[in-house]
Amino acid sequence: MRKVIAVLLLGIVGYYIFSSFLEIPFGENRATIGDYYLENSVEQTGSVNTITSIIVSYRGFDTLGEVTVLFLASTGLAAILFDNRGRKRRRQHASLIVRIGAHLIYPLIILLGAYVFIHGHLTPGGGFQGGAIMATGVLLMFMSYRSFEVNHKWLTYLESFAGITFVTIGLSGLIWGDSFLANVLPLGVPNELFSAGIIPIIYIAVGIKVGAELTGLLDNLLKTIK
Amino acid sequence: MVFYVAGILLVLIGMYAVLTKKNIIKIVIGLSIIDSGINLLLIAIGYVKDATAPIFSNETLKAADMVDPVPQALVLTAIVIGFGVTAVALALVIRLYDNHKTLNINKIRKLKW
Repeated sequence: MRKVIAVLLLGIVGYYIFSSFLEIPFGENRATIGDYYLENSVEQTGSVNTITSIIVSYRGFDTLGEVTVLFLASTGLAAILFDNRGRKRRRQHASLIVRIGAHLIYPLIILLGAYVFIHGHLTPGGGFQGGAIMATGVLLMFMSYRSFEVNHKWLTYLESFAGITFVTIGLSGLIWGDSFLANVLPLGVPNELFSAGIIPIIYIAVGIKVGAELTGLLDNLLKTIK
Repeated sequence: MVFYVAGILLVLIGMYAVLTKKNIIKIVIGLSIIDSGINLLLIAIGYVKDATAPIFSNETLKAADMVDPVPQALVLTAIVIGFGVTAVALALVIRLYDNHKTLNINKIRKLKW
């Protein structure tokens, strides 16, 4: 009975969502703000990846808020699970093949994550994606070795350092430029690694911060038994 | 158009799971399916026919044949927020399981509908 009611309700909701989406033309022209970003972002920010220039430069303050939300999520999770300190992961040691394979792949995954966030202004990718890739590498080690531990003190240091770097760069824009997070460094030649001024530095900070936060979060979630 | 249908369907499937399932883990999975559906919808709004990703990786690419970058930037934000929501929800589920030793919401008093 409840399922029938749920299906009926969802049918009504779906009908109204779909009929409003029929008004939006699919696959045709862009919004005007998108045109502005595409035409001006390379000259104004020096980053060839337009999405990166929007996230880090045009909407950099919003990204600072986003990083804060992630920080709050990991802090809130640690507060909810605070008595999990000293607990162990339920998972037993994996088989020999998995363990050796994980040990071989782990540094490569960390390297791939670093590559993704260092080249965030040139290729598809960036701080959030690179940090998430790094955390998957650590997760692989968590799943293969029961005794693999991360040092929470160092994670906190890394996280704080990255956050302070972000804010300091923003404040330096206020001192030497004309606004918070203004691009005060030379833009350089587009499509080179050392270009786009502060964008790669901020994305590296975001990558380190996200990687450290996700690692601590996974460690907290996986430790369930005494 | 098929992307709109798929996105809306994902949202509805997620809502169905949230409304009818008894297991809290399945409800959290439903929430994250709703998230994916909304992200797909937003990306589909920014789609332009026969266009590429908005990255000027060589000289031949022109701004005219690129998709809208704004929805993609917003979806990146939305993914991070959705991740945070899922993580905190799972932490709450772990706490509930510790206290009640069950994941069935019907067996946890004061949580019925």
